[in-house]
Amino acid sequence: MSVNLPPFQALLDAHRTDVYRFLVATAGPSEADDAFQETWIAALRAYPGLRRADNLRAWLFKIAQNKSIDAHRARGRRAVPVAAVPEGASPPASAEGEDPELWARVRELPAKQRTAVFCRTVLGMPYGELALLLESSEDAARRNVHEGLKRLREELTND
Amino acid sequence: MIDIEQQLREAALDLPADAPPVAERADEEGLLDVAYSSVDSPLGPLVVAATPQGLVRVSYSEFRGEDEVLEELARRVSPRVLEAPARLDGVRRELDEYFEGRRHDFDIPIDWSYLAGFTREVLRATAAIPFGDVSTYAGVAEAAGSPRAVRAAGNALGANPMPVVVPCHRVLRTGGKLGGYTGGLERKEFLLRLEGMLL
Repeated sequence: MSVNLPPFQALLDAHRTDVYRFLVATAGPSEADDAFQETWIAALRAYPGLRRADNLRAWLFKIAQNKSIDAHRARGRRAVPVAAVPEGASPPASAEGEDPELWARVRELPAKQRTAVFCRTVLGMPYGELALLLESSEDAARRNVHEGLKRLREELTND
Repeated sequence: MIDIEQQLREAALDLPADAPPVAERADEEGLLDVAYSSVDSPLGPLVVAATPQGLVRVSYSEFRGEDEVLEELARRVSPRVLEAPARLDGVRRELDEYFEGRRHDFDIPIDWSYLAGFTREVLRATAAIPFGDVSTYAGVAEAAGSPRAVRAAGNALGANPMPVVVPCHRVLRTGGKLGGYTGGLERKEFLLRLEGMLL
């Protein structure tokens, strides 16, 4: 049995930016570059063994999610309190764009909620695909999106 | 009420898009099965591709779309196909020298392992025709060990995956007519003129 897998470069071209942004958002800007390379190397390693060529995006983001979780753990292990930013100092030209605060809050969500919120809201991923990615039911995928958004909304409202 | 979804979508547009490269690391890890690159030439842009063992593909981009060539490589060689210009520096340099008239023979290794049977024999016989010389379909059929398989030799040459480097343009019809060329007859004429075999 053989499937016609597209050339790997096509996958990279189609999803490189989305995967990178996902990792910046969910793993953090200082972890994103390593997690990004780890994601693609792991994908490349497993690629010829795939038995199906549909749902490649869900497969890829599942790998990216795992690398994001690894990065979280690694950061947790070496967590050091960051010195308070001096009053009036403008934040460093952020590697997270205009709204680092928002992504910091996203990173505080449980792993599945982080993934669900980003993939659904930013990438517009259908629930069926999200369920494959999360290895859950569609209902559970829906709940993860809902719970994550609810918590973000509450936090931002309380500010 | 905060529209959190809208806020996330807008913030995502500001996230950086300059992801680090992948091909170099893939090569270090031994996962870059097929490296490809575009190369400019007087015959228009070429796509060239190599495995760690050597060249596997040269294709005229104006004749066949790059996507189609990459899909064929994914099927025929390995789906681990990545753009990696640095891995093709040697090929690019030799092609440049050839087209500038400074090189007669290619020294880059060729990976023959994805060619089989009579096709491989015919193309190996073709690769042995020196610069400044020509042969015939009957000639390469004979050199490949089957003097009567002239038509099959023509088919093998028509399917040459490495034109220019495996010089199928040096194979003419008996009697001196040019015969055919994948990529168009004007390209065959250009190459024969470059080699001084055609005025």
